[in-house]
Amino acid sequence: MLKIKNLSKHFGGVKAVNNCSFEIQKGKITALIGPNGSGKSTLFNLIAGVLEQDEGEVFLDDEDMTSISISKRVNKGISRIFQKSRLFGNLTIKENMLLALESDDTKFWKSFFSKTKGSKEKEINESLNLVKMDIHMNKLARNLSYGQKRLVEIVRAILMPHKILMLDEPVAGVTPALRKELSNLLLKLKTNQETIFIIEHDMNFVLNLADEVIVMDEGKIIAKGKPSEIRNNKEVLEAYLGN
Amino acid sequence: MKETILNNRCENNEKMLDYILHLGILIGIYFILAIALQISLGFTGMFNIGHIAFFGIGAYTSALFVLYGFPFWIGLLLAGIFAMIFGFILAIPTKNFKGDYFSLIALWFSLIMYSLFMNLKITRGAAGLFGIPKPILFGFDFSSIILFFILVLIVSIICFLIVYRITISKFGKVLQAVRDDELAAKSIGKNTFKIRVISLMISAFFAGIAGSLYAHYISYISPETFTLMNLMPIIIIVIIGGLASLRGTLIASFLILLLPEVLKFILPSPLVGPLKQVIYAFILIVILLYKPKGFFGKVELE
Repeated sequence: MLKIKNLSKHFGGVKAVNNCSFEIQKGKITALIGPNGSGKSTLFNLIAGVLEQDEGEVFLDDEDMTSISISKRVNKGISRIFQKSRLFGNLTIKENMLLALESDDTKFWKSFFSKTKGSKEKEINESLNLVKMDIHMNKLARNLSYGQKRLVEIVRAILMPHKILMLDEPVAGVTPALRKELSNLLLKLKTNQETIFIIEHDMNFVLNLADEVIVMDEGKIIAKGKPSEIRNNKEVLEAYLGN
Repeated sequence: MKETILNNRCENNEKMLDYILHLGILIGIYFILAIALQISLGFTGMFNIGHIAFFGIGAYTSALFVLYGFPFWIGLLLAGIFAMIFGFILAIPTKNFKGDYFSLIALWFSLIMYSLFMNLKITRGAAGLFGIPKPILFGFDFSSIILFFILVLIVSIICFLIVYRITISKFGKVLQAVRDDELAAKSIGKNTFKIRVISLMISAFFAGIAGSLYAHYISYISPETFTLMNLMPIIIIVIIGGLASLRGTLIASFLILLLPEVLKFILPSPLVGPLKQVIYAFILIVILLYKPKGFFGKVELE
């Protein structure tokens, strides 16, 4: 489904992503792991179009995404969350959700003459209910706790019409209770045959959830395979624990 | 004797009424200018220092068309449209330049427009345009101050209702999303460049309308009216009222326009002019320090 070919990105003399190639299978959860600074988020940013690659190509369902803008990639089906929470702080949760659902809202005249209330409320309510956030629907996003923001952000990414979900450390920094909540949500998505590409530091969390694991170190892909294969991979252990 | 006192009293009352209406007209014009700035600054997060240039473009466009024999309503409409076209031109660099860089480009735009007003033959340079006629609209002659006040009041209400409608519409929410986090807005599929372009065009349109009203009210415009110095009260109105707050903008328009008038009663009149800018600056610093969201604002100025 998502195919990466020889993707590279240099920052000055540092090779943040170095000639990476892999493929993400449809309906599977693929985890991208690696030590801090190994280039995982840079790779995510290259796929999403936030950063421009030096070399390489990105394909989604055989369609070349390499030279198109972030918003076009999103409209083609790449939905993502960032490492840092990026909700619209001065808008309510409901408004944040509506923005993800609407595709006509950038059309000025259509928006000017259309209704402002009542649209898609049921859909938003049901989605937020998945993570028990529906009661906070009318709260401003900036007033939520960090963990709540992460939950809402994931729901927003799910609500967007998409082919692949890219989640950058969704459970980092959240309380154990919220971690459980998020884990349940991801398992629910797994049963729904969603294609998910996830970066996560918590090895136990990710190895229990993922179908496939890709390991990065110093910008390179050092291992690929099933979680059971990765657990015992010598190179992976060295990358995490040192020689 | 009694008759003379009565006549004098009537005359004083009339003068007082004219004075109040004059202030009302200025408040109306500044209110339109400020809600126009709210669209680009308060709702979209673009600190447009070039806003005063749109006011000038509107004023010159309307004045010139009416001086060349076109009816006022055409002048008023073209003032908005011409300003909007320049809004589009200013928006083009926002594809690559954002934040402080955009402000610098807007400043540069404002200086270029000032230079054009100053040097073009059609604008009559530093001498400016004078004898700009009072509006005649659908047979009504708005030369009297009370009728002009009513005209400004109606136009202000219409502008407010349109801007209010925009801000509560889905498009208004996209504007706010771009202001809050542009990358996140892109990441939910919004074309943020297109949104910034439309925002600046709408903002410029209303500033142009305000410019037209101003030109036909004062009957004389010169490049000096459209300098950065005159942008200060508009920025202060927006900041004091609060970013993205139309209610706050209305209250702040009254406050900022009436403040120098109150000072006239306290200070000797030659001091009021120069002190006005000092007081504006002082208010701005105090507000930014102690109430960074303004009185009714939702968003802090960054």
